[in-house]
Amino acid sequence: MTAAPTTTAPNQEPRKDRPAGDPPEAGDAFDRDALPTPPGATAALLRSLLAPMKARVALTSLLLLLQQAAVQAGPLLVAYAIDRAVPAFRDDRHGPLIAVAVGYLLCALASGGLQYAFITASARVNQDVLLDLRGRIFRHAQALSIDFHERYTSGRLISRSTTDVESLRELLDEGLQELITVIISFVYISAMLLWLDLGLGAVAVASFAPLYLFIRQYRRRAGRVYAVRSTAIAAVIVKFAETMNGIRPVRAFRREDANDKEFRVLNHRHERKNGDALLEMARYVVKSRLVANTTVAAIVLWGAYRVASESLALGVLAASVLYLRRLYDPIDRLGMFLNSYQSAAASLEKIAGLLAQTPTVPEPAEPKPLPALASEQPGREVVFDGVRFGYRTGGEVLPRFDLTLPAGQTVAVVGSTGAGKSTLAKLLARFYDPTAGRILLDGVDLRELAMPELRRGVVMVTQEAFLFSGTVAENISIGRPDATREEIERAAKALGAHDFIAALPDGYDTDVRKRGGRISAGQRQLVAFARALLADPAVLILDEATSSLDIPGERAVQRAMSTVLRGRTAVVIAHRLSTVEIADRVLVMEHGRIVEDGTPAELVAATGRFADLHQAWRDSLV
Amino acid sequence: MATTPAVTDDKDLTNPEDTALAGRRDGDRSVVRILLRLWPYVRPVRTRLFTAAFVAILASCMGLVIPLVLKWIVDGPVAGRDPRGVWLGALVLLLLGLAEALLFGLRRWLVARPLAGVEASMRADLYRHLQRLPVAFHDRWPSGQLLSRGTTDLMLLRMFLAFPLTFLLVNGVTIVVGVLIMLAQDWTLGLVILGPVVPVIVVCSVFEKRYADVARLAQDQVGDLTTVVEESVLGIRIIKGFGRHRSQSRAFRKLSRTLRGTELRKARLLAAIWAVIMTLPELAIGAALVLGTVQVADGALSAGTLVAFLSTALALRWPVDSIGFLLAMTQEAATATERYFEVMDAEPESTESVKSTGSRVSPEDTASEESTGGLRFHSVSFRYPDAPADTPPVLDRIDLHIRPGESMALVGATGTGKTTLTALVPRLHEVTSGRITLDGEDITAMPREELRSKVAVAFEEPTLFSASVGENVLMGAQPGAGERELERALAIAQADFTHALPHGTGTQVGEQGLSLSGGQRQRLALARAVVGRPRFLVLDDPLSALDVHTEAAVEAALRRVLAETTALIVAHRPSTVLLADRVALLSGGRIAATGTHHELLRTNAEYARLMSGAEHPEAEHLEADGESGEYGETVLEKENDR
Repeated sequence: MTAAPTTTAPNQEPRKDRPAGDPPEAGDAFDRDALPTPPGATAALLRSLLAPMKARVALTSLLLLLQQAAVQAGPLLVAYAIDRAVPAFRDDRHGPLIAVAVGYLLCALASGGLQYAFITASARVNQDVLLDLRGRIFRHAQALSIDFHERYTSGRLISRSTTDVESLRELLDEGLQELITVIISFVYISAMLLWLDLGLGAVAVASFAPLYLFIRQYRRRAGRVYAVRSTAIAAVIVKFAETMNGIRPVRAFRREDANDKEFRVLNHRHERKNGDALLEMARYVVKSRLVANTTVAAIVLWGAYRVASESLALGVLAASVLYLRRLYDPIDRLGMFLNSYQSAAASLEKIAGLLAQTPTVPEPAEPKPLPALASEQPGREVVFDGVRFGYRTGGEVLPRFDLTLPAGQTVAVVGSTGAGKSTLAKLLARFYDPTAGRILLDGVDLRELAMPELRRGVVMVTQEAFLFSGTVAENISIGRPDATREEIERAAKALGAHDFIAALPDGYDTDVRKRGGRISAGQRQLVAFARALLADPAVLILDEATSSLDIPGERAVQRAMSTVLRGRTAVVIAHRLSTVEIADRVLVMEHGRIVEDGTPAELVAATGRFADLHQAWRDSLV
Repeated sequence: MATTPAVTDDKDLTNPEDTALAGRRDGDRSVVRILLRLWPYVRPVRTRLFTAAFVAILASCMGLVIPLVLKWIVDGPVAGRDPRGVWLGALVLLLLGLAEALLFGLRRWLVARPLAGVEASMRADLYRHLQRLPVAFHDRWPSGQLLSRGTTDLMLLRMFLAFPLTFLLVNGVTIVVGVLIMLAQDWTLGLVILGPVVPVIVVCSVFEKRYADVARLAQDQVGDLTTVVEESVLGIRIIKGFGRHRSQSRAFRKLSRTLRGTELRKARLLAAIWAVIMTLPELAIGAALVLGTVQVADGALSAGTLVAFLSTALALRWPVDSIGFLLAMTQEAATATERYFEVMDAEPESTESVKSTGSRVSPEDTASEESTGGLRFHSVSFRYPDAPADTPPVLDRIDLHIRPGESMALVGATGTGKTTLTALVPRLHEVTSGRITLDGEDITAMPREELRSKVAVAFEEPTLFSASVGENVLMGAQPGAGERELERALAIAQADFTHALPHGTGTQVGEQGLSLSGGQRQRLALARAVVGRPRFLVLDDPLSALDVHTEAAVEAALRRVLAETTALIVAHRPSTVLLADRVALLSGGRIAATGTHHELLRTNAEYARLMSGAEHPEAEHLEADGESGEYGETVLEKENDR
């Protein structure tokens, strides 16, 4: 299910067709999937993830130190055996040999046992870090307001919490452990070599200089290649996903061959870049191996020369050569670590950028409760008090807006696209907060209500009727998790949805698999309504919620509103005026202002815009 | 957790592939046999791949010669106190080292481009194949599942071809050669070193199997987690609207904790394998060291031999250690191969006409031009291929005739199969029985390409691709259609807004571009359907997201288009129905009635109910509730008048 780490949305190059100094919207960070990451945020994120595990990280490091000590003791014992145990044994002293035997046994057991302990301990740290990070991304994404979600596409958000986390997992699981092992063994072995013989050790250490240069060079060059490659694979992925998601139009409009061609270009580009990356690695491996093998030859030459001239013990030379082999073994793997480090660093930066977004609709620090209902009626009064609103991208949508909706009133809002109807609804549902002014529910500012309280008070049904995986019943009970099956069915019946649900293979227990699969658009909207009905809110907002319903469906909804939901305050936004029939009051909006306000009959009788609209609608019916 | 739809049993979230896989797993799952399926893709690069393997073996054996040179230096020049001989030894060592480095580089250079090529060609094949699989297949498979096959799985396969495949061979040869060298040096010590081989193999194979199972489990749990993430993002408005983000978080937390548990189990297994692989050979080397020391002390063995022996043993450490993870990678590669071929094995839509029977029009249909022309359904039944056999068909013996140039509205209650019916015409789904003819020709008798060039469709959910507005619209046209066609189509769909976009009709839209509103997308989809002046037009509720004014304007323009095409239009509203010459009422999977809008309104109660919402057209205004009654009345009067 997880895509490769390189599938994270790319750092796209700025589009060329965009002249600089376009409106902010066009050059938006959101468009390029490059949210600004505050300086230091990535490091701070990493620190805060690791902070709670300080003790365990220390323990893990200690285990690794000990383990490496046990592993690296081997050649030392070899040197000891050759230089001391052999002569001692010849003198019939068995002590040193027994010491070697016991020492080797202990080291072998310790290296295995400590390896086990280390892997399990570090896995726990890694998994806890990932658990924490996944949770943070998830909660943060959920807490961010709708305007964020409208701009940050779902694909990006999903790749943040899947592929980006995955590339961090790879770094933690394989890369980091590798790196620490390499570093510790480098330090140990260098120290050992220096201790065994200062001269030989110095030669080995000197070889680090060219190695370091090669690694740095590789990192720089591979970094570039990898960035290009990740852009290339991202393009492949986008094309792939788009085709699969739009398979019907692809088929119907015979796009297969054209798509094949386009895909071939993208795929080929990725193939080239992929090959480049692999070759870069090959270059690095050759260079570093050359340094390593040359050093080994040099040390053997010098060491053997000195043994021959009796200024060095044979055992020391043997141990040095054994150590050298171990020293240079992991340099290939260092290259791999750098790969995973690079992709993880890029991912972490994107995640940090996401987490740095602040929710624009924060929960109140000290929530206020809603007052008890004033009358028998379940509805509540809504007041827009000097509300202004503009989207971040500029342009004021609502210039100063005042409106009072008495408890229990059903208000229809009409107007052309862009008149601000949906903004009004989203403000009332507190998907956004107003730029200025306040919105009061029975006298309490929405911003002061705790979320659960707010959601009991205000529920919004939108045009898009998304179904979660699970059964139909579960989807309806999102409105009220503790609802009984009876209540769920009652809600469905009130909307005329019961019949089609009962006719599904498993009735209410039918899985809606694959986001609504074969439940038609109209039926999905009915399920969405049933949710709202079950939630039993004081204020109900319907935002184009009937667009896919047929007329009987729409009637059923209207009937439910005038029976089951009678007495609730309702805001109905529709471009089909049939919905307006049940309204007590109609508001006509234009450019963020209310231009007409009255009962339907009054407005039809007048000569305003509503009368025009109504006429157009009536004409459209025939 | 039953209250949160997002969290369901693992079973519910599993993908089609899992069941398929489970079935196969029970049987004899031979990794080798599975991987052999890759051969057709590897074949073109086999020369390079085999050469690379040979080079790698050569390089690896170079490494094994180094200890022998070491032995020669220790026992020869060093023992003989001959500093000049040391130079020779060191020179040989240097040359061997250089050769080893260059050979390893050569290996990588040999395979880099070919393997990238294998990955790319497998991906291209997958994409090609997926585009041609039946729509029913795509209904079952989430695109994420397909995507992961095209990315992660193929990357795993490339890595498998680059490392495990080569190195299982190389390391095998290296180990055998190394052991032979050691046995040749001193066969007793060699046998001691060989001691742990059997236990390591046994332990590895036991753990390997368990590890593979846990790894697969973890993979699936990641999939479940992704599903929750995906849904919580796509359904964010509902979650926020109902204040359900806490329960969603709980569901997420529960799944991610389960995953953590599985990952830890995986880590423990891995740790155990490592511990065994590290300890046993190390013990053997220790034993060899002690034994060798005794022999050197006794003079039965030269010091150089012991050094050479131990460095050979240590040189074999990596080949032995690596076998564990090479096998693990091989396992993963086998799983990836299975996943890849699960999709590749699915039958694509046949490219040629399938049915030989029914390809010719039967005699009674050729009676007159009138009865054969146009779009005709002959006793068409349809049941989804994956539906249980005992469920009633979605469409049951549909007979419908849309005469040339005529437009027919298709009306029916929500969920009666209107959209399904429209999908049958361009053969996005295949009829279960019966047939559909275009101008007398069975649609299964003509190549799909030709069929789909005759029939243009506007779908209920308008999808735009990442391309410019113009390109999106012109997709529906014959190649070579130009600006004029585009302008005409945009004018019909009232899509003038496109000229106000930042780059006009060259503006990028879709996932990678500007996002448009539902109504705007719907108008572009409509433009796409009409731009090619198709002979047959299928429109699925084409105006649902438009506001009243726009709708009226589109209708006026569409009327002109419909005058010269044969069209099937799914409709919910009287206004859309009135675009058509006649109406067919779909009810209970059958065509219940056909006629003009006004005929049906008078004669058919169900139709009247669908168009007005009232049980009986006459009684509607009497029943209408409260003050809104007037509205229902005026509307209906108007309708009934016509």
